[in-house]
Amino acid sequence: MGHMSEFSMPVRFFLKAYRWRRIDPVPWTPLQKPLAQCRLALVSSAGFTVPSQEPFDESGRGGDPSFRRIPSETWANVLVSSHRSHSFDHGGMRRDPNLAFPIDRARELAASGRIASVGRHHLSFMGSITAPGRLMGKIAPAAARELVADGVDVAMLVPV
Amino acid sequence: MCSQAVGLVAAELERQGIATVAIQLLREVAERVRPPRALFVPFRHGYPLDAPAEPTRQHAVMEAALQLLENEQPRPPVLIDFATSLDGPSHEPVSGTQKVAATI
Repeated sequence: MGHMSEFSMPVRFFLKAYRWRRIDPVPWTPLQKPLAQCRLALVSSAGFTVPSQEPFDESGRGGDPSFRRIPSETWANVLVSSHRSHSFDHGGMRRDPNLAFPIDRARELAASGRIASVGRHHLSFMGSITAPGRLMGKIAPAAARELVADGVDVAMLVPV
Repeated sequence: MCSQAVGLVAAELERQGIATVAIQLLREVAERVRPPRALFVPFRHGYPLDAPAEPTRQHAVMEAALQLLENEQPRPPVLIDFATSLDGPSHEPVSGTQKVAATI
């Protein structure tokens, strides 16, 4: 299972001392209609881009809080990850990006009728964001506005 | 860090009227960050949907997440353990009192 013991000792010390951002109050949007009538978007923090997009910035302190729009018709096997973390095994998602960005699976859910549709785009972040101020203050609100404008009802978020 | 990032984005989506479910890989982080709806999965980092090139297993995780969206809870944050009903789990499941079983 996901456990702190997966990480090296320095990473464990960092995570132990890190000031995790607590969501308070916790916002809540109830499901407004059956999922079969809902439009779904994925949000992954696995650092995936399509080949024509600029990779995430692996060098900045505090992490790169930007996001990429991944067209929902993209096939998983063209996605490329530039996730900077060396603290986990990238082999699985390199072999099959659906493992951390289930874009093919989302289309299958729409085809089966479990959901009504997928959004025009899904959103891709690179999750090693140790200083999330800009993410919380500007970038996540802008990302949310894009999904609202696209008529997205529900989102599934996948960390790595 | 990834679990915190998706939790913070989930909170913003909820504020703007989109219902969310966030997969989580570290229980300690999920409990501290408190995404509105979280599905804690028993898989190691890098493997949030269980296994590569295993669509049935990946769908099982997604189905549990969708069921969490459907099972409205009165008091957020909601943190539920994923428990697979598929044969031969590729990873040892976690213990927990409240579980959502995938039904595909």
